[in-house]
Amino acid sequence: MTAGWLETLRQRLFATWLDTAVTLVCLYIVWRISVPLVEWLLLDATWNGTSREDCKGSGACWVFIRARFGQFMYGQYPVDQRWRVDLLGLLIVLAGVLLSWRRLPNRRAVTTVILIVLPLLGIWLIRGEWGLKPVETREWGGLMLTLFLALYAGLIAVPLGILLALGRQSRLPLIRFASVVFIEFWRGVPIITVIFLASILLPLIMPTGFDVDRLARAIIGLAFVIAAYMAEAVRGGLQALPEGQAEAAQALGLGYWRIQQKIVLPQALRIALPAMTNEFIALFKNTTLVLIVSLFDLLGIAQAALADPAWVGMNMEAYVFAGAIYWFSCFGLSQWGRLREKRLQTAHGR
Amino acid sequence: MNKGILTFLRDRKVRDIFWQAAATVALVLVVWFFVRNASQNLVKAGIASGFNFLWRDSGIEVPFTLTGYKPSDSILALLWVGVVNTLLVSACSIAVATVIGFTVGLLRLSRNWLLSSLAGAYVEFVRNIPLLFFVLFWYFGVLAALPAPRESLSFVDVAFLNRRGLSVPLPNDVTGFRWALLATLVLIVVQWALARWARARQARTGRDFPTWAVGFGLCGALPIAAFVAAGALTTWDVPVMRGFNYRGGFVLVPEFVALFAALSTYTAGFIAEVVRGGVLSVRQGQIDAARALGLTPGRVVRLVVIPQAMPVIIPPLTSQYLNLIKNSSFGAAIAYPELVSVFMGSVLVATGQAIEIIAITLSIYLVLSIAVSLFMNWYNARHRLVVR
Repeated sequence: MTAGWLETLRQRLFATWLDTAVTLVCLYIVWRISVPLVEWLLLDATWNGTSREDCKGSGACWVFIRARFGQFMYGQYPVDQRWRVDLLGLLIVLAGVLLSWRRLPNRRAVTTVILIVLPLLGIWLIRGEWGLKPVETREWGGLMLTLFLALYAGLIAVPLGILLALGRQSRLPLIRFASVVFIEFWRGVPIITVIFLASILLPLIMPTGFDVDRLARAIIGLAFVIAAYMAEAVRGGLQALPEGQAEAAQALGLGYWRIQQKIVLPQALRIALPAMTNEFIALFKNTTLVLIVSLFDLLGIAQAALADPAWVGMNMEAYVFAGAIYWFSCFGLSQWGRLREKRLQTAHGR
Repeated sequence: MNKGILTFLRDRKVRDIFWQAAATVALVLVVWFFVRNASQNLVKAGIASGFNFLWRDSGIEVPFTLTGYKPSDSILALLWVGVVNTLLVSACSIAVATVIGFTVGLLRLSRNWLLSSLAGAYVEFVRNIPLLFFVLFWYFGVLAALPAPRESLSFVDVAFLNRRGLSVPLPNDVTGFRWALLATLVLIVVQWALARWARARQARTGRDFPTWAVGFGLCGALPIAAFVAAGALTTWDVPVMRGFNYRGGFVLVPEFVALFAALSTYTAGFIAEVVRGGVLSVRQGQIDAARALGLTPGRVVRLVVIPQAMPVIIPPLTSQYLNLIKNSSFGAAIAYPELVSVFMGSVLVATGQAIEIIAITLSIYLVLSIAVSLFMNWYNARHRLVVR
């Protein structure tokens, strides 16, 4: 047993003299990077305290993150109202658990209701009014804003993307043309220009006196771009379906929308899910761009924290903390997507 | 009569036309609504539409330009500054990203477990973090923490990196380089003709020609020699420490360095995946068969793996290049004067011509995207594997 293990190690790391040399160089690089990193992150770091003066070690000053943790999570959201955000987060998690239960009675109906009610409830909870203290969008920030942007832009982008993908596959030439133009336009321009565009153009094309909130502008801009990319992901799923599926449904006398809803989309979306997950990751990463229209998401808060005179020189700590959150979120999502892809392949018996 | 109408309404062609007409009318109404609002709002704001503002003096200072632009020049000249700066940072980043990406992608396929894991760790690290994070990190985290000019990091005493940017030497006379560039282009054409001739001869007579070895000489060694010679023939303006900063040479501003570093390392992660996928797409049987024919390992790679991997790699690689060019707009976040930050930022604030400026900026990117996708269609059509 031990010999087999050693043999594998030898084959993978020390097969030839060159291999051995390469392994040793790699080990040296890993050692040179990881030792200072671990020292800075953990061993020499300061964990407890209240102010900058407590950080005397040569390592990271995590006191800073602790002191500003609330801002990293909620931005300038009023402290006594933060329970509303927590409540919404809890509700989303509960809804996720409920919907992942496969033997839920009336699963489809419950899903529809939740997908309609929860977003509206969420807007009410966070924005306030109608019984809750109103909180203006410029006070929102931190991780909460990042998640809000990603979820709501995704909520618009997925259905819009599906419609666009269907439009691109439609047999009506005008609809097909319009969908292609829409998709290729938004895919062809940088996302940063779209956010600029949304923040400048939306107030201009609305009737005078009709004000579109700055956050809503950013969400609409993000949603349009991601919808165009989503449409291409969905199209991949649609094209992977054999044409016989839709033809058989047509022969049974089903109409266009019923065919799409009952036969085509359930299969196509399952195939497209990994690609759609990748687009969602891209959306999650691109929410950082709202920084340029002065909305302070997680990265924006990290950036703003650098300007605090009480905590000079905390650049690294702020970046490492924000970066770690992004990394774990995106990595987790992409692993989930890969898992789905594998399951899909086994389901197809490949 | 009634039945006639019903059959008419159920006719597929009639319904197709009806739905398309309805969609068109709806679209036209929406667009008309927006345009009407926009024109009313513009009249109210007192902004005259039109492209005449392009010829006005800009009066805007730009900290970094290659075109010799002055604030007294027209806005059109400023637009050109933005385009050139976008292309400059894109070209530099594409070159470096390609080198890192191919290296990491191939290392990821290494038999050595540690080496392939290190390459994999790089890819996973880079791909799961927003690009804006890297841009800000390089700008505020790394470059701001660099030493003052007095304690610059020096590269063999000709280039100096400090928090004011990267000072590099500049040749006093560029004629030699122009000739070297011309020679390189000629050599590439010669190599292309030679390769065609060699292929034709091999098809005719079966005689082999060392195209690759000659190619390395013609397109690799000779151009390098030409540029070295051109560099040796001219004198150089090397940056020198005077007072508190370096004088002479050419200063690449920190914004450029940060954007360049972020773009090239980030895109390299994506290119590495493209390369890995391309190489893995070559079936093991192909390699086994080539070995069975007695080809040397080098020839297996050159004659079997690369020709089959490249058609798989090039289209997604091109779209990564396009992504990089679009992503160079992230420079707006650190005020690197590229197209978006100069034109959609400074000029828009100065003139207020929102619609015209947005239209110009977007069309520049769209033209680029369309050109790239046309190239990809052409390439795909040309290199589609012929399956018999």
